[in-house]
Parts: sequence; C-alpha cells; structure tokens
Amino acid sequence: MIYEPSPVAVAMFILFVLFVIALSSWLGRRTKSAESYFAAGGTIHWSVNGIAFAGDYLSAASFLGICGMIATSGYDGFLYSIGYLAGWVVALFVVAEPMKRLGKYTFTDALDSKFNSKGIQLMAAISTLIVSMCYLIPQMVGAGALVTPLLGFPHYVGVIMVGSIVIFIVATAGMASTTYVQFLKGGLLIVFSTVLVIMLARNGLSTKPNDKYHEFVTLAAEVAADGTVTVQDEAYKVLGSQELDGHRFAKLEHGGLVNWWHVVADGFGTKLEEALSITKTADGAKLYNGAPKADGKFYQVGHMSKIVMDGKEVESTGPVGLLKFLSLVNDGVVVRFKKIRVADGDDAVAVYYQNPTPGSRVMRPGLKFKVDEGSKFWDKLNFISLMLALFFGTSALPHILIRYYTVPSPRCARKSTIVAISAIGFFYVLTLFMGIGAMVSGVIDVESGNMSAPLLAKLFGIPLFAVISAIAFATILGTVSGLIVAASGAVAHDLMDRFLRIEMTDKGKVMAGKLAAVGVGILAIILGIVFKGMNVSFLVGLAFAVAASANLPAILMLLFWKKTTAKGIAGSILVGMVSALTLILLSPTMFERYGLGRAAAPIPLDNPGIISIPLSFLTLVVISLMTQKKGETAEA
Amino acid sequence: MLHEPAPQSQEPDPAQEAKAKLGVKLFWVYCLIYAGFVVINTVEPKLMETKIMLGQNLAVVYGFGLIGLAIVMGLIYNHMCTRLEDTMRADAEKGE
Repeated sequence: MIYEPSPVAVAMFILFVLFVIALSSWLGRRTKSAESYFAAGGTIHWSVNGIAFAGDYLSAASFLGICGMIATSGYDGFLYSIGYLAGWVVALFVVAEPMKRLGKYTFTDALDSKFNSKGIQLMAAISTLIVSMCYLIPQMVGAGALVTPLLGFPHYVGVIMVGSIVIFIVATAGMASTTYVQFLKGGLLIVFSTVLVIMLARNGLSTKPNDKYHEFVTLAAEVAADGTVTVQDEAYKVLGSQELDGHRFAKLEHGGLVNWWHVVADGFGTKLEEALSITKTADGAKLYNGAPKADGKFYQVGHMSKIVMDGKEVESTGPVGLLKFLSLVNDGVVVRFKKIRVADGDDAVAVYYQNPTPGSRVMRPGLKFKVDEGSKFWDKLNFISLMLALFFGTSALPHILIRYYTVPSPRCARKSTIVAISAIGFFYVLTLFMGIGAMVSGVIDVESGNMSAPLLAKLFGIPLFAVISAIAFATILGTVSGLIVAASGAVAHDLMDRFLRIEMTDKGKVMAGKLAAVGVGILAIILGIVFKGMNVSFLVGLAFAVAASANLPAILMLLFWKKTTAKGIAGSILVGMVSALTLILLSPTMFERYGLGRAAAPIPLDNPGIISIPLSFLTLVVISLMTQKKGETAEA
Repeated sequence: MLHEPAPQSQEPDPAQEAKAKLGVKLFWVYCLIYAGFVVINTVEPKLMETKIMLGQNLAVVYGFGLIGLAIVMGLIYNHMCTRLEDTMRADAEKGE
C-alpha cells in the first residue's frame, strides 16, 4: 500500500460518526413539524447559519478536489476557489434578502410566490432534484476516495457508509441536525486547515521534502538511431522502448522487477530517469512499479529540484513566512509527474514521468486549462464558460438557497451570507497553500489527487492526519446532508404537497420528507459507485453549470424584470436544464468516459454554461413576451 | 438550543427597494473586476507571471484580491443596508 490505514484516524472517524448520530437523534426528538424539518423552524442565529453555510458549501470538491487539482496542476486549481467564492457576491448583493422574503421551505416557493403556477412547481422541483444529484455524485465519489486509504475499505464500502450515515442524519431531524453538523464541520475545517498551513510554512521547502521520500535514480544511457536504448549499469536490463508524444520511454528489468524509465537528452548526454508505472496485465492483475501494491514499491511524489532563496540556490529553506513560501515556489523548479499511457503487448501501462516545471508556470494559469500558446478558440471558450458557471452557479444551488429559510429575517439572511463569505474566502486562500504545499512535499498519490490534503497532513504526524481525515469525512457528511434535505424538500413539499396537492397533515409532510430523503440517499449511493474515479472538482463544476443555467435566469428575471411570466420561468428552467445536461453528455470528457475518445465529441466544450445560461435567459424573455396577460406577470 | 434567535420579524421593510438598488450597483462593480480577471487569464495568461508586490505575481495578487474584495464589499454593503433600514424605518414611524 502507498499509505496504510491509521488506527488513530479510524478512532477519530468512529468518534465523529457516533457524535453526529447522537446529535441527530437528540434533535430528531424535537423535530415534529414540517417547518422544523425543512427549515429548522427558521430560528437559527445568523452567525451559526453563516458558518453552517460554509460547512454546507465547502464540500469534498473544495477540500479534496481543489487541493488535489492545485497539487497536480498548480494555480489552475485555485481558479475554482476564486470562482466559487466570487459566486457568493451574487448571492449576497442580489439573491439573499429577496429569497428569504419570498420563500418558505424551498426555492421553488420563492420562484412561485407571485404566480401559484403548476409549471413552476414542477420544473423547479425537477431542477432541484437534478442539480442536487449532479452535486451529490462528486461528494459520494469523494467519500469513496477518502475511506479507502483511511479505513482500508474498497470504494463502494465508503460510498455506502457515507450514504447510510447521511440518510440517518437527515431522516431523524432534517434541517436542524444538518445545520449543526454543517456548523461543526465548517468550523473544524477552517481551524485545522489553518493549523496545517502554519505547519507547512514552519516546515519550509526542501529538495528532499521528507525522510521517507524516494530517491529517484538516473542512469547514463545511449540511444541508437533506430531507437535502441542501452544502459551502462549492468544491473539493469533493457527490455524495449517506445516513443510517444515526442518522448521515449524504456522498459527495464532490475532485481526481478520491471519498470519504465523516461529517456532524457540534455547538454551533458543522454540519461534515463526513473518513472512510476501502473501496469494492467492481460489477466487483470495490477502491478505498481512491477510489483503488487502491497509490496510497497510505489511512491508518493512531488518535490522541488531547484530552490532559490535570497539569490542563492539552497537545498532547504527552514521555516518561512506564508508569502515567502509562495514566492520561493514561484522562483524555483517543481518536479511534477506527468501521465502517459503506453500499450505494451497485451498490457496497458500508465507511466508517470518526471516533468520539471518552472515555478513561475506553476503559479499562473495554463497547466490544466488550455489558455496559453497553442490554445484554440474552443479551449478559451471552455475556460470562460467554466468561470461564468462558477460565478453564477452558487446563488442558484438549491441546497444553498434553502439555508436562507433557517434564519428569522432578511437582515439575518444578509448577515449570515457575509459570515459565510468571510469564512469561505479565508478557507479558499488556504487551499492555495495546501495544494502547492502538497505539490512540493512528496505526498502526492498519482492515482488519487483528491487525497493530497489529507496526505499533506500525514507529513506532520498521524494525529493531524487523523483529525484532517475525520474532518474531510465530516465535510462530505455535511454537504451531502444539505443536498438530501434540498432534494427531499423538492419531493415532499414542491411535488407532493404543492404540485400534486396530496392532502397531508403536518406530521405526514415530515414523514414524506423522511421517506424522500431515504430514496434520494439510496440513488446517491448507486451513482457514487458508478462514477468512481472522476475528479470531484470537475463534477461539481458541472453541477454549478446546470444550476446556473436552470435556476439563476429565473431567479434574476423574477426579481428584476416585471414582464416575467410563470410560463417564462417554467420554460427557462426546462431549457436551461435540458441544454446544460445535453451539452455535458455530448462533451469531450464524457465521450472519453464512454470510451469513444475526446475527438469524437460533437461539441468541443466541457463546460456548457456559456451556451446554456444565455439560452435560458432568452427563453424566459421570449416566452414571457408571448404570454403577457394582465394579472399573470411578476409585476402583478 | 445553543443560541437565541435574532430578534427580527417579517414586517414590511421600507428600505427594500433602496437596498436592492445598492446591491445591484455593487454587484456590477465586482462583476467588472471579476471579468477583468477572466479576460487577462484568457487573452494574456503570461501577464499573470508579472511580479507585483511582496514577491507575488499578478495571478496571486489578483486572486487573493478578488477574495478579499468580496469580504470588504460585503461588510460595506451590510453597513450601508443596516443604516438604510434604521433610517427609513425611523422615517416611516415618524410619518405614522
């Protein structure tokens, strides 16, 4: 194993789960009415709600996904932090107070407040369910990714465990237990992330980042005109070589193990640099650097090959300030590990080779998003589309919007949003340090970038790893709880009560909400298992795109355009939702997942927002203008 | 419970319209600054390498700046809204 399950981490995890279950059971006994189940009675203090907002919003994508993306792709991952935070500005300045004023339990209430329209009730409920599902998938994927190294269970066990605990939390006390789990998790996440960043700065930078870090071997070699590779060291036997994407890779046997090496030619001659490899053999076995994973021949990676401090090249810096930490990375050279796929007879090999990258490239955009030299029109459009969806997505997420109904007044809604922005903004600044820290500290597992932050914590001792891992797990519990409350509200309140007009007592509504929570939870478990292995931040980006396309045009136009009609709102939700989902299903990333290759995708756009958001606005305007009737507009 | 609910009620808010106008203005200010960030990253990403202050490049300064600005603008907005609410509520009560 690249990292062993830790008993302390397991103990912390069990402790946290027991606490959450006890809290939920206690609050569950106090949850009798629909208002207390769906909106915690509207009695949450704005400061508690603000931190709960942070706990709700700082999901697996923020903690595991963004840190992982920064650790592997540098500043590009931080763009998600900036976009996610900027979205809160829309929520504060435009959406917060009106949402509180117009709604009761769900954001459908607010959209429908002036119309009492079946179309809005149905479309907004479906949109809530779809956005919540899109957001739930990455959380569940994150749960599986986390529980595997933490507890040593397979991915699916992690997903089932998280799903079951969250179903219990939501089915007992609904929004009340969800709020306090989120409050607790939000507070702990920010405090311990701060501790981690302080320890990182105290540790400083080093070309050999930790005592256990593997010394990558370099061999003198020669390459003949026909590509034949020979090495001088007789302990190594060359088994073959291949050229891929302008790089040559040699397959060597040493000490009974077969591994892959990267051929590098510089001014001093030709050499072979040791790489990492994962080989899937024809009989289904998986070998890590030529051996089973349990043999421990596979390493955590990421280091600096050159550090320049005060004009001199040094091997280590000692403790540094936070800004100095970033500037040292900027002025040095970071060794990242780039993945390339090699077909070796019947075996499929993933080779991760050393890719020294100037720190100045790491600390600016371009390593992941193709916005630099050689980028095409669609690449740039894709980037703009992502930033647009992140900016407009936050204030359209149903599980965020329902939190406005847990406070007593619009003023409290505003204040809690400011607390949320401060807490979330502070955390997002920390993500840059944690991600870059993981990148240069020799902790990255090339198979799972999502684990970078917990593995960085492990560098500073098992207790911090245990706490951070338990918090990461709590992160998932908190966000998933919020999503399931939102989805159960859509089913029980929007669909059953308002759309279908099913006669229910207050107690009956609570029961319907609980049953809906169980159903949504089970669906989330299934999807979390199916989507194993996808980057959680990428998946959340898609959820933002669907939310921004389906919900935001309706919210904004209801508030600011007096000619908006019920049919216009219902139509824009439908068009925004369908167009965003269709573009996602036809995107290059999905075609790669279908096994058809990125080039086969009909539209070379991974992020749909730039098409689907304007389309949704346009639909609302056109339908509203076509359906103007006295007494049926937002003005009435 | 671990707290007391804030002493607010859902009474009519005379400052509602003024607050909405203020919110929209501040939204556009932030939106323009955010758009500037996206445009530089898209059109001239190399510009982000330029060192600006304290050894940090434009990418870090602009990114941290956007996060900090959101917090500062939020606090200003809250201060102005609270003042509007108090003033207009007092005016409305005087009018009655």
